[in-house]
Amino acid sequence: MTSSQSHRLASGGLIDRSASLNFRFDGRTFSGFQGDTLASALIANGVKLVGRSFKYHRPRGILTAGSEEPNALVELRTGARREPNTKATTAELYEGLEAASQNRWPSLRHDVMSVNQLFAPIFVAGFYYKTFMWPAKFWEAIYEPAIRRAAGLGRAAGVADPDHYDKAWAHCDVLIAGSGPAGLVAALAAGRSGARVILCEEDFALGGRLLSDGGTIDGVPAAEWLSRTLTELAAMPDVRIMTRTTLFGVYDGGTYGAIERVNDHLPSPPEHQVRQRLWRIVAKRCVVAAGALERPIVFAGNDTPGVMMASAMRTYVARYAAAPAKRIALFTNNEDGWRTVETALGAGLQIAAVIDARPDVSAAYRSLASKGGFPVLHGSVSGVDGGKDGVRKIAVSLAGGARAEVEADGLAVSGGWNPAVGLTSYHRGRPKWRDDIAAFVPDGAPPGMVAAGAANGDFGLGACLSQGFAAGVAAARDAGHSGKAGTAPVADDEAFSLTPLWHVTGKGKAFVDYQHDVTASDIELAQREGFESVEHLKRYTTLGMATDQGKTSNVAGLAIMAAVSGRSIPETGTTIYRPPYVPVAIGAFAGHHRDETFHATRLTPSHHWAMEQGAVFVDTGLWKRAQWYPRAGEKDWLESVTREVKAVRGGVGFCDVSTLGKIDVHGPDAGAFLDRVYINTFSNLAVGKARYGLMLREDGIVYDDGTTSRLAEDHYFLTTTTAKAGLVMQHLEFCRQVLFPELDVQLTSVSDQWAQFSIAGPKTRELLKEIVDPAEDLSNEGFPFMGAREVALRGGIKARLFRISFSGEMAFEISVPARLGDAMARNLMLAGAPFGVTPYGTEALGVMRVEKGHVAGPELSGTTTAADLGLGKMMSAKKDYIGRVMAGREALVAPDRQVVVGIKPTDKARRLRSGAHIIPKGQTPGPGNDQGYVTSVCFSPTSDQWIGLGLVERGRERIGEIVHAHDPLRGEDYDVELCNPVFYDPDGGRQRG
Amino acid sequence: MRIVCPFCGERELGEFTYLGDAKPVRPVAGASEDEVFDYVYLRDNVAGETSEHWYHGGGCRAWLKVARNTLTHEISAVEPAAGAGARQAVK
Amino acid sequence: MKYSIFSLARAALSGHKNWQRTWRDATPKDRYDVVIIGGGGHGLATAWFLASEYGIRNVAVLEKGWIGSGNAGRNTTIIRSNYGLPGNTGFYELSMKLWERMEQDLNYNAMVSQRGVVNLYHSDAQRDAYARRGNTMRINGIDAELLDLAAVKKMMPFLNFDNARFPVQGGLLQRRGGTARHDAVVWGYAHAASTLGVDIIQNCEVTGFVRDANGKVTGVETSRGKIGAGKVGMAVAGSSSRVAAMAGLRLPIESHVLQAFVSEAIKPLLPNVMTFGAGHFYVSQSDKGGLVFGGDIDGYNSYAQRGNMPVMEDVCEGGMALMPMIGRVRLLRQWGGIMDMSMDGSPIIDKSPVDGLYLNAGWCYGGFKATPGSGFVFAHLLARDTPHEEAARFRLDRFRRGAMIDEKGQGAQPNLH
Repeated sequence: MTSSQSHRLASGGLIDRSASLNFRFDGRTFSGFQGDTLASALIANGVKLVGRSFKYHRPRGILTAGSEEPNALVELRTGARREPNTKATTAELYEGLEAASQNRWPSLRHDVMSVNQLFAPIFVAGFYYKTFMWPAKFWEAIYEPAIRRAAGLGRAAGVADPDHYDKAWAHCDVLIAGSGPAGLVAALAAGRSGARVILCEEDFALGGRLLSDGGTIDGVPAAEWLSRTLTELAAMPDVRIMTRTTLFGVYDGGTYGAIERVNDHLPSPPEHQVRQRLWRIVAKRCVVAAGALERPIVFAGNDTPGVMMASAMRTYVARYAAAPAKRIALFTNNEDGWRTVETALGAGLQIAAVIDARPDVSAAYRSLASKGGFPVLHGSVSGVDGGKDGVRKIAVSLAGGARAEVEADGLAVSGGWNPAVGLTSYHRGRPKWRDDIAAFVPDGAPPGMVAAGAANGDFGLGACLSQGFAAGVAAARDAGHSGKAGTAPVADDEAFSLTPLWHVTGKGKAFVDYQHDVTASDIELAQREGFESVEHLKRYTTLGMATDQGKTSNVAGLAIMAAVSGRSIPETGTTIYRPPYVPVAIGAFAGHHRDETFHATRLTPSHHWAMEQGAVFVDTGLWKRAQWYPRAGEKDWLESVTREVKAVRGGVGFCDVSTLGKIDVHGPDAGAFLDRVYINTFSNLAVGKARYGLMLREDGIVYDDGTTSRLAEDHYFLTTTTAKAGLVMQHLEFCRQVLFPELDVQLTSVSDQWAQFSIAGPKTRELLKEIVDPAEDLSNEGFPFMGAREVALRGGIKARLFRISFSGEMAFEISVPARLGDAMARNLMLAGAPFGVTPYGTEALGVMRVEKGHVAGPELSGTTTAADLGLGKMMSAKKDYIGRVMAGREALVAPDRQVVVGIKPTDKARRLRSGAHIIPKGQTPGPGNDQGYVTSVCFSPTSDQWIGLGLVERGRERIGEIVHAHDPLRGEDYDVELCNPVFYDPDGGRQRG
Repeated sequence: MRIVCPFCGERELGEFTYLGDAKPVRPVAGASEDEVFDYVYLRDNVAGETSEHWYHGGGCRAWLKVARNTLTHEISAVEPAAGAGARQAVK
Repeated sequence: MKYSIFSLARAALSGHKNWQRTWRDATPKDRYDVVIIGGGGHGLATAWFLASEYGIRNVAVLEKGWIGSGNAGRNTTIIRSNYGLPGNTGFYELSMKLWERMEQDLNYNAMVSQRGVVNLYHSDAQRDAYARRGNTMRINGIDAELLDLAAVKKMMPFLNFDNARFPVQGGLLQRRGGTARHDAVVWGYAHAASTLGVDIIQNCEVTGFVRDANGKVTGVETSRGKIGAGKVGMAVAGSSSRVAAMAGLRLPIESHVLQAFVSEAIKPLLPNVMTFGAGHFYVSQSDKGGLVFGGDIDGYNSYAQRGNMPVMEDVCEGGMALMPMIGRVRLLRQWGGIMDMSMDGSPIIDKSPVDGLYLNAGWCYGGFKATPGSGFVFAHLLARDTPHEEAARFRLDRFRRGAMIDEKGQGAQPNLH
């Protein structure tokens, strides 16, 4: 198969030539080797055209060899695993890999949308802000759909992601980003010092630029030093090296985000394995050794396929043994670019010419040129002749003004290097300008973070080693480890003499941001129109907003802006750097929190029993609660619920109410404490009695309600609503700890400790007698309404029994330890069989509470006062309590407030719906007469009609008034009567009986 | 963000719940509506060093007083909030 | 120069060399009739309405950095008028009507796109709450539709209907809701206001207020010198407390960070704006192709314009729970804005207790959609000294009176709104 790899070098590279891999790109089959990226394999096969640009659909090739790639984006994989915008330069080759070019139609070579280039004179930066305005309706109908179809890059799969993602935590003393020479020696130094080290490398191979550039370290070839170093690191138990892992962000308190591509190098993750893992790494210190990114020079035709960063070209040649071109020209403004020439010559490739923008070239490279037999042209590239099939000829403007032409099939470009300042700038530190390298270097890094080596603007191998080592020693020491680190490896520093050159002016489109097609003239236009601030520049032209986040374009863009606006580059400044450093799959941030496992599921103690009964469940917060228990032959939920209500009202039923929040309040000041958190008084509650309580927020609005019982002189048992269980606990702890520390009281959440059942109906006492120890007196005298005490059950188990009623029937609530909840449900069924006991769900519970006019969630809306709910009388005038003062504000005691009232349709057959609004009869609905709304409704089997509760302006004064229920959303309008909210047994005789 | 709970040690942000500025102190019983209004509604909303109430609900359930910088999110001190919101004993 | 396809074509012939600045680069005069602090959407809209509706053109907008550098430039671009409480409902509809004519008013394409906003519901209680809200909208003449499950499936077949923890049951749809290009709104108002003579002054930080013997504000001290003013209006949401403190005021406001996220650009995937009802997630797709999404505020006071990972994870969890097809779409960029979180979740537009100083504050995370409406009613207040009828409930003293406008019912705790 190797024969098909027309541009594969005969020898060299870090690829495994024994492992040949087949892959497909745009339907054509190619082969490559283990160790290739998709980009290197395409290069090895002589493929130049890889993608199309965003706006003009210009043909594009591969520009870089890393995650900064703006051009070579593909749709990787197919079907549900299709990943748009995947960088060919980081996608590892695997057997059977399928990739397709994107943002083109019908094919990459013949893209109809490239017609956009004809409109380029109009499609300048921000042109769309100046047109598409007439007629107004055309935007949504015509212009926008066309723009949207043309924009975007690749296509998302459009179906659920079949893979799993994991999230994990890791902790260490020293976290290192990057495994180039600086990162490796930092790990070595910190590891030897005794620190716990994590090193993250985004590549699948360790070594950074050593893999491409080689060199000599400690007198041995870099490859040998690398292997020795990796062996030493591998032997350190507290050093963890993570490849395929990108450190993408830094958050507060030394928390870092990293993404590990666990199985992206395989066609799909092996069974039971995740695709990727999101790491939250907590580190005391962080050394950023993320290196630097080579930057392009902006010149006409610089986007022609075959124009490539010089460092990328030597990576492809040296690391992948793939030749991007066979006759290469180099355009450089610095000494480092020349290393590509050395590498290419070493690999037997031809050098057409070196175009060096500097007036001088070092003696060593001059002699290399004469030895290699290629000219050195002092000047700049002013144009590229070529197209879809690559570079053919390069036009050069010589320093003296003359012109020259160079024939070549590839152009390597080096405009200098930009330290990777992302991580160090994510806490809004602004990098500072360094003139000697004409680049921004880190400044104002987050606490605990330092940059070393190329990431710090020191590009020489010797400097990387010494800085990285020192940083590793210092980081370990700061984290409390000062073992013997030894000495830093040594190497020479290569020359890096650079004359800044950002933009070669001339005719033809010169691209700054390749992916977004931002040209030098777009930047000039932005400046002309007043978008001089770098942030305006970015937003107006979209410079730096593509998937590469401007890694190759930002600095050149602002250099051009600086030039046209007559400012220096540091005066012009940079935009704010934002994480993530590389784009991260949304699925990775979600981890397993999707589908049924999006959130936890809480099951009531009787859940399994209820499932056996065939209950229908409803989500109540995290809880699953039995909503009703359908029986064979029942045609809908209403029939089941109606049966359940009738069974309770006529006999006995039970319902699991364990989801209520339950708090034990202990201590000599327990009563005094409750007096301060409830509007009513609890200190005078007799032992053995229960009382309904209402608590406010400090702003005077009702917060929560529930029944609290006094089980002993210094022990109350408080219940909350299901929804507020955790929040009330938090609130009460605040009151106890922060506001009232002088009170001797303790709170214990016992919500999960007790299974609680409501048993209701006229036959409740008979049923209870079957399960409660016969010695317990359950008579009206021995256990009166609102009584509460511990009782023994048959068999000796202790339970808490409360004679409270939500249904309005004779009722008890019984609490047993949660582990006995299931048994209790089964027991109630057994013991209750003779009485026709009926389990009922939350719907029947809700029906009975509406019939009784009890307020619940829809009425406790966070905007109602105690008086709104008809509970104003409970507000004690004799004590201070949370919310008392603010509850007295004028608008909260105004007479025209919306208050709870009963609602029933004048047509008994009419169904009510919550959310309908109340309008005075005979008036046309409008904002001026919208007097309230229906909060809760139910079909009342007892009244044999739909009834409801509502919040209605002056409602209590209007009992008997016929008003209009207006429900335009559902197209309903009908008359209703405002009535007493207690529809059932208003005297309360049944619950006391 | 990570908070060093005085009872549990250093823990992750997700274990804590934020309430707000710890400076306002609940007025004594009998305070005027204006005083209580000030306590409930008005905030200095400091850009810089501030003291706040956080609840360690995912841990020991202690209310904490956390000295934190709202410009940098750096936390300089954490202590139990016991009594921090009380002006004096309310009887 | 009027913007149109014709002026573009003409400009193309001359290589676009003749375009003028989008807004004039003004240097401060000694005195203005009205000085507006804050060159965001609200401040610039106020200036434009002062000039165009009220004939007050001797106006300066002072911006500390570059215009649009605050929340106008870091939001999720959603516009809607689906509020449920008196005060909000009418105001946001006023704003929506102004969105609908913005481009023609300003001669600037702000890409107002009425693609519809759907709030999904997952329980009967949520449906009832949306029914109440939708009916309020209809009673106020605003479009609203209650969608059942079948309608949602038809509109958004890609949601997780099969194995969701909290299955979608339906949604509340406002078809006139949608998105707009946030930066273009800023530039459009700047362009139009500047054309009418308003001075837009960037890199001009207000450092104090100039007061006369009676305490009346008569101007501002700035990093570019003292500037006299007949009236001073504050439109600096995120920093309201800091600016008000210079006048000795404490506000019922806390500053909180709200994060937002954008994905890589992809071909059209989402037809409209949607909010998840069982978690913190809302999303739309920009014209460029990125999914623009967000969730809840981080929850602690902050001026840092950046947040932390728990919220980032929470938001993505919500997204994956709602539509697991976005798992392989990559999050490209996260950012944070500072929200003026008020004590009831609703804004404050009022004269301040200090004579001569006017407040436009407390927008929480809803300020973007309010931009034109806010400018309109604030201009009215500055010009007439009485609140516009649609902003009559946004008074500062409503907290003292107990007349809160609390859509979420969370009370005086800003991080819960």
